[in-house]
Order: sequence, then C-alpha cells, then structure tokens
Amino acid sequence: MPKLIWREPIATTTITSRQPTGEELGPDAVPRAREPEPEPKAEAPRRVVTLGDIAGRESGGLVVLLVAVGILTLASDEFLTGNNLANLARQVAIFGIIAVGQLLVILTAGIDLSVGSVLGLSGASTAQFLVAGMPIWPAFLLGVAIGTVLGIVNGLLVTRALLPPFIATLGMLGIARGIVLVTTDAQTVQGLPAGFQDIANGTILGIPNLLIIAIVVTGVMWFVLSRTVFGRYIYAVGSNPESARLAGVPVRMVTISVYAISGLLAGLGGVLLASRLGAGIPTAGTGFELNAIAACVIGGASLFGAKGSAIGAATGALIMGVLNNGGNLLAINAFYLQIAIGVLILVAVGFDQLNTRRSAAAG
Amino acid sequence: MKAKEPVVELRDVSKAFGPVQALTDVSLRLIPGQVNCLAGENGAGKSTLIRVLTGALRRDSGSYEIDGRSVTSPTPASVRAAGVQAVYQELSLLPHLSVAENLFMGRLPASTGVIARGRLRARAREALDEVGLTDLSPDAIVERLPAATRQLVEIAKVLTADSVKVVVFDEPTTALTEAESARLLEYILRLRERGIAMLYVTHRLEEMFEIGDWVTVLRDGSLSEAGPISDYDEDRLITAMVGREISSLYPETHRHAGTPALRVRGLRRFQDSPSIDLQVGTGEILGIGGLLGSGRSELLLSIFGADPIVAGELEVGGKPVKPSGPRTMMNAGVGLLTEDRKVLGLLPELSIRENVTIASLRSGSRHGLLPPREQAEEADRLLDSLRLRAGSYDQPVSTLSGGNQQKVLLARWLLTKPKVLIFDEPTKGIDVGAKGELYTVIGDLAAKGLGIIVVSSYLPELLGLADRILVLRDGRVAGELPGTATEEDVLRLASGGGRAAEPVLQEEIPAPREGGPASSRPAPGEGGPASSKGAGTAVPPTPDDPGEVSRDA
Repeated sequence: MPKLIWREPIATTTITSRQPTGEELGPDAVPRAREPEPEPKAEAPRRVVTLGDIAGRESGGLVVLLVAVGILTLASDEFLTGNNLANLARQVAIFGIIAVGQLLVILTAGIDLSVGSVLGLSGASTAQFLVAGMPIWPAFLLGVAIGTVLGIVNGLLVTRALLPPFIATLGMLGIARGIVLVTTDAQTVQGLPAGFQDIANGTILGIPNLLIIAIVVTGVMWFVLSRTVFGRYIYAVGSNPESARLAGVPVRMVTISVYAISGLLAGLGGVLLASRLGAGIPTAGTGFELNAIAACVIGGASLFGAKGSAIGAATGALIMGVLNNGGNLLAINAFYLQIAIGVLILVAVGFDQLNTRRSAAAG
Repeated sequence: MKAKEPVVELRDVSKAFGPVQALTDVSLRLIPGQVNCLAGENGAGKSTLIRVLTGALRRDSGSYEIDGRSVTSPTPASVRAAGVQAVYQELSLLPHLSVAENLFMGRLPASTGVIARGRLRARAREALDEVGLTDLSPDAIVERLPAATRQLVEIAKVLTADSVKVVVFDEPTTALTEAESARLLEYILRLRERGIAMLYVTHRLEEMFEIGDWVTVLRDGSLSEAGPISDYDEDRLITAMVGREISSLYPETHRHAGTPALRVRGLRRFQDSPSIDLQVGTGEILGIGGLLGSGRSELLLSIFGADPIVAGELEVGGKPVKPSGPRTMMNAGVGLLTEDRKVLGLLPELSIRENVTIASLRSGSRHGLLPPREQAEEADRLLDSLRLRAGSYDQPVSTLSGGNQQKVLLARWLLTKPKVLIFDEPTKGIDVGAKGELYTVIGDLAAKGLGIIVVSSYLPELLGLADRILVLRDGRVAGELPGTATEEDVLRLASGGGRAAEPVLQEEIPAPREGGPASSRPAPGEGGPASSKGAGTAVPPTPDDPGEVSRDA
C-alpha cells in the first residue's frame, strides 16, 4: 500500500551542489566561471518531499479513496464481494471515461459543459442506427464519431470564434440535447441487438468489459499526458497560452484537440451506456458534465489549468462511485450522499488552496 | 513666489527594497504656485519618490511635512485628505462605468442609498467643464473614450477632491497627442495661477522648459541637482540626468561581425507603416534603442513571427524565411526573450526543467513521445552553466526570482541551438548581481558566433553591450550609431533632436503592448485586446515619448 501520509513534510538534502559564495563581479572575471554575489531570495529553501511529489496531485484523492474503501469493507460484508465490485466497476466506468476527457479540457484552463448532452446524443443515435439495421460496429463507431465532431465544433468555437469555453460548450449542451430530443421524439429507442448489449455487459476472464475499457482509456491518457510532447503542450497551454505560443507550441491545434478528445470520449461513453442499458435513452447523461468536473476537481485538477492528471480524474470518479455504492449498501439516504460529495469537493479544493498558499509563503 | 513657504517638504528621504537602495537622502520642496519638474533616467527613483509622496510607500528614513506638520505614517487616504493629489500614468478609472460615476466613485451623491442622478450629473458637468471637456457627456462610458480624454477625466477626478493643495502629475502627456498635450499644459498653468503646487514628471524635456519653475534631477536614487529651470538648458539637464561613467559590468565589445546571421528587409507591420531594414552579423551584438513606444518590442515580435506583418523579407543565416509564426522562426534558428516574462514567457505551473525544454520537445521527439532523458540532462547542464540557483529543477518556475527566471528562459532558447537570439529588455526587474551575469552570458554567446539583438531602455546597458546601435523613432529607423556613441547621442536621435516627435495615440502603459499580441491568441474570454490592436492599425505605429527612455524602478 502506498505511504499513507498526505503532504507530510519530510526534510531531505538540497540537490544543488554549487558553492554558495563567490567572488565579486568584475570585468576581469572569466565569463561564466565566476560566482555572482549571493542572492538571498534565490537561495532555495530545503527541499521537502511529500506524497504529493511522489504520487502527484491525486495523492489526496487516493487517500480519501483508500479510507472510504477501508471503512466500507469494515462496515459492510457485501462491499468486498466480486459481485458488488463488478457492479461498482460498471457504474463507475462510463463516468470515469468522461471525466478523463473532461480533464484534458480542464488542463488547458477550459471547461466542457457539453459532455452529458453529447453522451446522450451519441448513445441515442447509435441506438437508432442499430434499430434501422446498421451493423453493430459501424453504428458504434458512428456514434463515437458524432461525439468527436461535436467536440471539434466546440474547439473551433473556442479557438476561432474566440468564445469563452464556458459559453461555447454551454451552447453545445443545449444544441446536442435538443437534437437528440428532436430525432428520438423524446422516446426511448428499444430493440437493440444482443450482440451490441454484450459489448458493455460482457466480461473477459471475469473482468467486466467496461472496466477494461475505462482502464485502457485512463492508461492511454496517462501516457499521453506524461510521456508525449502533445501532453506536455496541453499543460503549457493551460499554464499560459501566450507564453506557449511564443515557445512554438501550436496552441490552437492543442486546444481543438482536447475538445475533440473530450467529445470522442463522451461519444464513447454514450455508446457504451446505450449498450449497457440495452436502449437509447434521450435524456441519458443529464448532469454528467458536472459530475465529470467534480471528479476532476476531487482528483486534484485545477480549473485554472495546468494542474491535474488522468489517474487523478479516474480516482475522483471512483471516489464518487464508491460513495454512491457504499451508500446503497449501507442503506444511507441518497440525498445525504449528495451532501457528502458536495462537502468533498469543497474540502478537496480547500486543501489545495491551503497547500498553494503555504508553498507560496514558503518560497 | 519663491519666498513662499513650501506646502510639502521632504527631507533626506531614503527607501530601500531589500538590498536595492531606491532612494538615498532625497529632498524635495513643493511651493504653492510653482511647477517643480522631476527629471531623471529610468530607475533613477522618480516613481519611488512619487509613491513615498502619495503615501503608497513608507519611507525608511527622513522627514515628510505637509503644511509644516510632520506626516509620520502616511497612507494614500490620509495624504489625499491632506490635499496631495496625484494623476497617474496608469489610469485608475473603472472602464465599464460612466464618466460621472468615475469622477465621484466612493462619494457618489445619494440619499438613503439611492444615487441622486441629477446631482451627480450636474456636479460631473461642472468638473468636466473645468478641465475643458465641455462636450463630453457625464454619461459616457469610460471604456469608449480615447486615451487622451480618459487622462483628462482622470485629472478632473483628482480636482474634485475636497482639498487640492498639491497635484502630482506622473507623465500625464505620454498618451496624448501634441494638441492635447498643449491643452493639458495650458491647464496646468491655470492651476499654477490658482496657487496649487505641482510636481510634474515627464520624459519630454521641452515640456519642462515650457511649464517648469524649478527642476529636481534624480540620479541613481539620489538628488543629482536642483535649481530654477532658468539655470538650465537641454544639454545641462541631460548631463545632470546621465552624468556617470558607463560601468564596467559589461563585456568587451571588441568583436567583429561575421556573415549576416539575420537580415531584415522592408519589414512593414501595417500597410502604411514605415519599412524597416536591419541586419545583425554572426558574433555581433546589435542594440536597438528608442523611446517607450517607438515600436521596438513590436518590431521584435514581428521579426519573431508572433505579430503579423504585411511586407518584408527575412533571411536567417543566408536562407530566406517567412515569419509565419514563432514556430517557423524557431525552426529557422531565432529565439526571442520577451520583455514581459510573466505574460509572454514563463509557464508558471510547469517545472523549471519543463519550461526549459518546452521549445525543444518536438525536435528531440520521436513518434510524438517526450524526448529521451538526454535532452533533460542537456537542459540541466545549461542551467548549471548559467548558475541557476534553485533547490531542484523540478520545482515550479514561479518560485524563482526574476533573474533566475530570465536564466530559465535563456536556457530554453539556448537549448534550441539558435543562430540569432533576441533580447527584449533582458534585465528588466533583475537585480544588479544577476544583471552582470546576464551581460557576461550575452557577450559569451556573441563570441561563440551567435547574432544577438538587444533592446534596452536603459542606455548604459545598451551602450555597454552593443557593437552597433539602431535607434528607432515613431516606428522607423532614426539612425545608426557605433557602440562608442554616448547616451546623449542616443537620446537626441531617439527624441528627434530635442524637438518633440509626432503625437501619440497609443497608450504607453505596458498593458496594451501585451494586449497587442494577445489579441491573436486563442485563449477565449478575452475580447478586450482587440481594441488596442484596432487603435494600432488606425494610426501608424508612432507612439513616442521623447526625452527619455523609460523604465522606472
């Protein structure tokens, strides 16, 4: 189990080995070979390694998750059963996929409010294609493609029409939901082929397919964010787009891409949800956008951009899922759970602010 | 007149910011009915003195008397209540509110919380008439007014204060056209007749001679000279402001330029803007001088492809390049260290190492993956050689001091293996120790065969570093000087031989300058900058601020 300290400071040695003092500045000094006057402010304080440094900003979320799991294991005999865990995985998976997409947008200091509606539109569209007789995989991919296209539109609205992300995606939220209600006439689309339903409800080696997909998505995003140039560019854009542009980062391309990916994952989530439920529900995904944002924030993402990780977003989604699942098992009123999740968001962000302020004061 | 008692008297005032002594034993007397002009180079301590005077800063030592009563712990509010008012260069108006609301903000006429609109409008009308804005409606929204009008509204606002004994003008004419400046100066003369004491700060020497009674010259934070303006002519004033040896902080300048590293021909930023030619050889340091707003930073951004141009040819190392974006220019081997590190340089949330490698990620990457460990190690070596002081290169870059942040940005560009490096105000906001280091590094880089362009408002720095100096005025090349030129030569060329150059419509405060490039950035929710861009295109880029080069501490 990882270290259960949360940002507990452990003093370690400084990494610099440069001499702290030097000779006076002078014209005769050899260039670069001389040590300048000591600069008191620039002297780094002793380096402190925290769990945050090791596990990243999602460390707080990990702690909360482990505590929640521990308490539920003790409080309920059912929690740690295979059946319940599989159930939990199915509940959280779709939600985690969307949260990871949302995270990318949040990292660029944007926000995607349209994911819930895009999810609903993609799912219902795929269901309609299937009912109309389209083969399973083309219908599946077309549903995902619809989400991607809407995401690209979001990206273009943000980068070309220069709309604030909040507004651009708020508009898309209304448009996508409206389209799905019009095309389905607000009726549930039923009669989906069994082969399609197996995608989300099947298992491989006893592991639910949905869980596998969610893990793959999270893993890929983790890799993209931490190991690729594109990932680093996302953080750079979120940190300061103008600085990034002057450092040769293709800011527009990156911005459009993150909205496209968010749309793609929302589309994927929608199709998977239709598969899991065996029906295309026009109102599916209502309110998911706020849950996805909450998951990112609980997982350590900053809405100001450049802070957060894929693992964190997935952890955040998992925490919310575990709380819901545990609430059901313990027969806690679901309304109380909403309060609990609200408090959790405030605590997560509050702790982060405290940390930021403390480190600002220190350095 | 001179027999009158001073209304404000500062004696032997000192102020230090950490290790930097901004003011040393400065005395200042403001006498009713007199205009005291405050002159000095950038960083001479003018701004600090004003801030001490207006209560924005607490002095470390010395005395401060208003009307013979000692002011022990001044606050902006108490100083204002005592009758010392200030008109700042950075406008303090609230852009979205009306003129009338701005004039009386904080003391809006109201009965039981409801604004008395009629009374407000009448009083605003009065105040506006007083500064000659007779056709400006009190209901106009400040945001939509031209800069000059806003400046006058600002002055009107100051004059509505209950007690006006002293008015401090901090470069009020920088944003004004010639005609508007003349109107303002006339108005100041009227205030003088009313027996108000004034402290007038300007970079335009001819304004001092026009309206000043007395001149106080600061140099390096201390009082250089003070006396009646009639004792001075332009030359004596400049000598009093500059009068110092160029320090030996700077590297040797016995270099000779090799083949052209960068050549710019016929560069135009707008359709009818002047065309610019310049060239820098390998191993050469080209200095670019000019007054604030003479188009230096804009020129650099255009050369770097960050601002669009309408015409012009660029050659880097003999190969023609189209400056279609920072990325193209970067690939061609040009790097730009921007003036404003915070807005146009750093990625504050990212680590030092990530900030250094960001521009080189693509060239070092294979299949889109982050470059292998070697690149980070090379970045570390560069940072080591620049003597960056940091606990760890993994810490966020925002934790570093100004000088060290500049080193990080320098390392970023060095890692791209540039042929040409452009520095825009490389030592702005950097303490003396780090300055010397940077100069050495710049000299080193030139010695290694890079073509270097340095823009600086700080004349000793410009003269100390550059082999050749190009002086800009009103967006065009006013002339070229050898590295052995004097500060006076540069000042003269920059300000058009003592005569005020063409009027200014573009604001001189830094904000719009950063706003310019920002308007093309994709970041949403920032519609504002477009307006400043618009203003720039309407008029040739001729903002100017003759008389001085500006960078106050």
